[in-house]
Amino acid sequence: MPDEAAPSAAPPGPTVVVNHLRRVFGNLVAVEDLSLTINRGEVFGMLGPNGSGKTTTIRMLCGILPPTSGTAVVAGIDIRERPDAVRYVIGYMSQQFGLYDDLTTFENLRFYSSVYGVRGTAGAARVEEVIDELGLGPRRNQMVGTLSGGWKQRVSLACAIAHRPSVLFLDEPTAGVDPAARRTFWQTIYEIADRGTSIIVTTHYMDEASRCQRLAFLSRGHLIAVGSPDDVPRQFGKASIEDVFIELQERDEAAAR
Amino acid sequence: MIRLFKGMLASPLWPMLRKEFIQMRRDRITLGMMLGVPMLDLALFGYAIQTQVRHLPTVVLDASQTYESRALIATLEQTQNFDIVGRVANRQELKDSIDAGRIKAAIVIPPEYERDVKRGRTASAQVIVDAADPLGSGAAINGASLAGLVRGTQLAARSGFHTRLDVRIRPWYNPALRDAVYIVPGIIGILLSLTMLVITSMSIVRERERGTFERLIVTPISKTSMMLGKILPFVIVGYVQMTTVLLLGKLLFRVPLLGSLPLLYFTTLGFILANLAAGILVSTIARTQAQAMQLSFFLMLPTILLSGFMFPREAMPQPAQWLGAILPLTYYLQILRGILLRGIGITNLWQQTLTLFGFATALLVISVLRFSKTVD
Repeated sequence: MPDEAAPSAAPPGPTVVVNHLRRVFGNLVAVEDLSLTINRGEVFGMLGPNGSGKTTTIRMLCGILPPTSGTAVVAGIDIRERPDAVRYVIGYMSQQFGLYDDLTTFENLRFYSSVYGVRGTAGAARVEEVIDELGLGPRRNQMVGTLSGGWKQRVSLACAIAHRPSVLFLDEPTAGVDPAARRTFWQTIYEIADRGTSIIVTTHYMDEASRCQRLAFLSRGHLIAVGSPDDVPRQFGKASIEDVFIELQERDEAAAR
Repeated sequence: MIRLFKGMLASPLWPMLRKEFIQMRRDRITLGMMLGVPMLDLALFGYAIQTQVRHLPTVVLDASQTYESRALIATLEQTQNFDIVGRVANRQELKDSIDAGRIKAAIVIPPEYERDVKRGRTASAQVIVDAADPLGSGAAINGASLAGLVRGTQLAARSGFHTRLDVRIRPWYNPALRDAVYIVPGIIGILLSLTMLVITSMSIVRERERGTFERLIVTPISKTSMMLGKILPFVIVGYVQMTTVLLLGKLLFRVPLLGSLPLLYFTTLGFILANLAAGILVSTIARTQAQAMQLSFFLMLPTILLSGFMFPREAMPQPAQWLGAILPLTYYLQILRGILLRGIGITNLWQQTLTLFGFATALLVISVLRFSKTVD
């Protein structure tokens, strides 16, 4: 069962508390009896083959999909009671980046931050701060469509953190980005986490997984292991996360047949 | 009140609107389509399209009163373009009936008509047309030349002479025969449909293709704000387009603006909303921008053909008329032409206005429901 008391490098205290979360689509049980706790400032990875329930879990935690039963509290807000309020305290970034190609870096950033209510003089100052923080100055007035994957990724990240979210969701954030950009990206992620934001990364890339402080493995809607990247393979008697992942995938495919 | 105002200022709708307008400004091709196409269409339709109607109420001034003159009148009548509704004794009486609007055309046959025919000379008759209605005059001209040709051939076959029969046409009131006066109001309707349907659906599908919708959903912005942010800029674009066509129509084709402009602008809202809703509906069905484009053009075709924009609905077979009755443009055209050309008001147009807003409401409800489903 989930190891909930795992130590964290950042100051402890739960930001996300999930209890017996369950979601059913018709006959399909997408997520079954999911319980876990994610601490303040923790970089938490969610792994699992396609259809394992990662996306459904994230959508519930973002307040856009109501759970069938169970509870989840994100930054003190119950996702069942106030799903709209949850969206103010989370940030979200996917591999698609979700940027407007025909707007500049600055315009994208201003748009997304003002959607979160970061506006006016204070809002403008915050936008400048984020531009500085992520080193976007040189690309400030460039159309996002003409940026490289690495730069798009940074702009996308900037758009996700301008409103200082308590929880930041990253969905395969470094897919299609070169190794150098990937390294800088993870450095930034750790800096953000050090300031107290919890980071939840969904991925099936092993190098992304190995950078997380703790991992949760999902398979066919069930949480089957939680622990550090070193700890989880040991629980399965495997040499690496990758081996665990492949074993799970084969098991899932066998069960699906 | 102040709180409401502040609440409105804080609404995520404003950033959405600002973003839309920046994108609209940057997209030169779409911008060109939205503002250039009105002018192109206006020139194209205004100068090129000819339309026809039949059965013009006609009087006869037959000064010849002979077998030959009656034969010519019969031939004219057989073209089905003229309905002989009466006879007049002199030119003044003829002018009075046309002025009063009771008749649209008159056939005038001079006393020497039969004599000329018998002697094999060029025999002249006159068809006078109220060309203020260019639809009618087109028909009258065709009918008159046809009748002239037919009767001429018949005479030639009988007598062996090469009798030339000259039926002269005299267009009154609108000597330039300007179909434009009739066509231009319709262009406003076609143009609004095109913009609202094609450009709106494509702009929504584009957001889905690029993953920006997926991202917007996890922000605090509500679905209502998302939709309003997409819709409102196009309402403004629609009004700009309409104003452009009205002004150009007035300047280039001297299209009259007889009725109430506020009424026209108000009823236009119903039409714009109905089409925007259809655009959203298309965007919920199409997965790619190309599909959205194809689907909207598929919807545009019956709109152009069956609404009465190009062909009078009265002349269509029943099923085509039924189809036309479920197109918003059918009603909007009646409003446009009624207000602009005939100067009629809400007392005569309330049915069309209600129908239009009914369409808008129904389509908006359906599309909003489908939209929120696809967004989830």
